[in-house]
Amino acid sequence: MYWIRRAWGELKNEVFVLPSRTLALIWVVGLLALPMAYGDAYVLRILTMTCIFAIFAASWDLLAGYTGQVNFGHALFFGVGAYTSGLMSLKLGLSPWLTIWAGAAVALLSGFLVGYLCLRLRGSYLSLATLAFPLIALGLLFAFPDFSGGELGISGLRRLMVTPTGNYYVAALSMLAIVFALWLLADSKFGLVLHAIRDDEVAARASGINTLRYKMMVFAIAAAAAGFAGALFAHYLRVAGPSTLEVALSFQVVIWGIFGGVATIYGPVAAVFILYPLTEWLSNFPAVGELRLLIFAVIVLLVLLFMPRGLAPWVRDKIETQCPRCKQRNGRWKSVCRLCGAPLQAQVPGAQRLVGH
Amino acid sequence: MLQDILVTGLVNGGVYALLAIGFSLIFGVARIVNIAHTAFYMLAAYCFYTLLTKTGLGFVLSGLISVGAVTLFSVVCYRLVIEPVREHEAAVLIATIALALVFQELMLYSFGGHFLGIPSTLEGSMRFLGVSIPYQRLLILVVAGAMLAIVWFVLYRTRLGLAIRATANDLEVANLMGMNVHRVAMATVAISVSLAAVAGVVVAPVFVVDPFMWLSPLVTMLAIVVLGGLGSLKGSLIGALIIGYVEAITVFAVPAGAYLKGAVALLIMVIVLLARPEGLFGVAFEEER
Repeated sequence: MYWIRRAWGELKNEVFVLPSRTLALIWVVGLLALPMAYGDAYVLRILTMTCIFAIFAASWDLLAGYTGQVNFGHALFFGVGAYTSGLMSLKLGLSPWLTIWAGAAVALLSGFLVGYLCLRLRGSYLSLATLAFPLIALGLLFAFPDFSGGELGISGLRRLMVTPTGNYYVAALSMLAIVFALWLLADSKFGLVLHAIRDDEVAARASGINTLRYKMMVFAIAAAAAGFAGALFAHYLRVAGPSTLEVALSFQVVIWGIFGGVATIYGPVAAVFILYPLTEWLSNFPAVGELRLLIFAVIVLLVLLFMPRGLAPWVRDKIETQCPRCKQRNGRWKSVCRLCGAPLQAQVPGAQRLVGH
Repeated sequence: MLQDILVTGLVNGGVYALLAIGFSLIFGVARIVNIAHTAFYMLAAYCFYTLLTKTGLGFVLSGLISVGAVTLFSVVCYRLVIEPVREHEAAVLIATIALALVFQELMLYSFGGHFLGIPSTLEGSMRFLGVSIPYQRLLILVVAGAMLAIVWFVLYRTRLGLAIRATANDLEVANLMGMNVHRVAMATVAISVSLAAVAGVVVAPVFVVDPFMWLSPLVTMLAIVVLGGLGSLKGSLIGALIIGYVEAITVFAVPAGAYLKGAVALLIMVIVLLARPEGLFGVAFEEER
C-alpha cells in the first residue's frame, strides 16, 4: 500500500505536472500494451519497423544534434550492423541473439574509424565527407559478390522470435531501453560537454575539455546504437541487403532528425513514430501508393515552413512555458512557476514574447 | 586504352565541372548545401526529352527552352521553399532534400521508372589520336568549355559578378556596401541551376534518362566539391578533372572497375581531406562564431 501511494505521489508530482511527460508516459504504456489490445500482424509489423528506425534516428540525433557532427552517412553504421550480424549468423551458424551484439560491436569499431577520419573536419565538410563512407562500403560489397551476395544481399536469416508479438516486444523493449539510455546520456554532464562542442569547439577545448576524445566517443556510441538497430532490422526482415547502406536511408534519417527537432532525442523518435507509419499507411491506397514519397516530402516541406526548429520543440513550446527565473518548464496553464514561484506571465503588457525564450 | 582514358576522363570531367561549379557557387554565396542541385539536372533532361519527342522543336531550340524553363522554375522554388527558412541551416538542408525527392517522385509518376533514351543530337564521329570520338561527346566538351568561359566572364568582368564575389567573401560587409544580397543570392541560384540544366541537356543523349539519375552525379559532385575546397571555383574545376580521370582509369584498368569507380573516387576525396581538411584550394576559415 505504501509503495502504491508513493508511486502515485511520484506520478502526480513529477509526471502529470508537465504535459510533455504525461505524453511520454502515455506513449510508453501504449506501446507496451498495444499487442494485448490489438494484435493485428500488419500493425505489429509496421510498429516493429518503426521501433527499429526510432533507435536509428535517436542515435543520429546524439551525433548530429548534440555534438554538431551532422553525419550524412549514418546508414554506414546501420548497414555494418546488419551485414555483420547477418554474415556471422549465416556463415558461422551462431544464434542471432549473439550476433546482434557482434553487429553492434563492429559498428562501434566503424564508428571509431569514421570518427578518427573526421576529427579534423567540421561543418559542411564533415557532412559531405561522411556521405562517402557508406558508398565506399557499397562499392566494396558489389565488387565481392561471392562474399556479400551482391545486389541481392544475404537472405535466409533466422528471426529472433517466432511470433510477431515476440518480435514486436524485442524491438519495442530494446528501443525503449536504448532511447532512454541515450536520453539519460544526453541529459548528463557528458551531454553538456557535447552541447559545448557543438556551440564552440575552440572554447570547449580552451576550457580543458579533450574535445577529440569526446567526439570519438560520441561517434562510437552513436554507431553502436545504429549498428544494433541495423542488426535487429536484418534479423527481422531476414535479409541484409544493399538498401541498408544506400544514400536514401542516410537522407531519411536526416529528415526524421530535423523534422522532429534536433538535440532533443525524443524529437527524432516522435518523427519516426509519425512519419514511418504514415508513409506505410498511405501506401495502402492504390491511388496514393505511387505518390507516397511525394506526399511524404511535401508534408516535410510544409511542416518546416511553419516550424523550422522541428516538430517536438514547437509542440513543447505550445504546451509548456519556461520559467524566466529558474529555467524549469511549466504547464501552459500555470501562472506562477511550480518550483520557485516566479510569475510566468509577463508583468509588462506587450512584453509577453520576451518571457521564456 | 590510354586514349580512351584520356578522352572519357576529359568528357566526364567537363560534365562534373559544370555541376560542381554551380554547386560551389551557391554554397559560397548563400551557404546553401543544395542537395537538389542534380535534381534540376534531371528535370532539364526530362524537359529536353519531352520537348524533343513530343513537340518536334529542333535540338537547339528545345535545349534552350529547357534550360530557360528549369532556371525560372529553380528561382520560383528558391523563393517559395528555401528563402522562408534561410536562417535555419538544418531546415534549408532538409528542404533541398525534400525538393529533390518531390522532383524524383513527380517524374516517376508522370514518366514511369523505366529508362528513356534520347536519340543522338549529332551523328557521326571523328578520329583523333587514333581514338574515335563521337561528335556527341565532343559537343559535351565544347558546351562545357563554353559555359565555363561564360561563367568566368560573368563573375570576373561584370558588376553582377563583382557583387557575387563580394557576397561570397563577406555577406555582411557586402550588404553594408549597398548590395542587395537577397537579389545576389537569387541571381546566383539562377546561374548555378542554369549550369546544371545545361549539363542535363547535353548529357541526356549520351546517358539514359530516368527518375533516379540525379543520385549518382550528386555523390560524385559532392566529392569533387569537397576535394577541391567548398566554395572555390578553381578547386571545383580541378577536382572535376581529377575525379573524371580517376573514374575513367578505374573503369578501364581495374577488373570489376565499374562497381568500384564511385568508391575509388570517394576514397581519393577522403585521403585528400585527411591531408588537407579544407580541400585542395579551400580557404581555412577562421572559426565562425
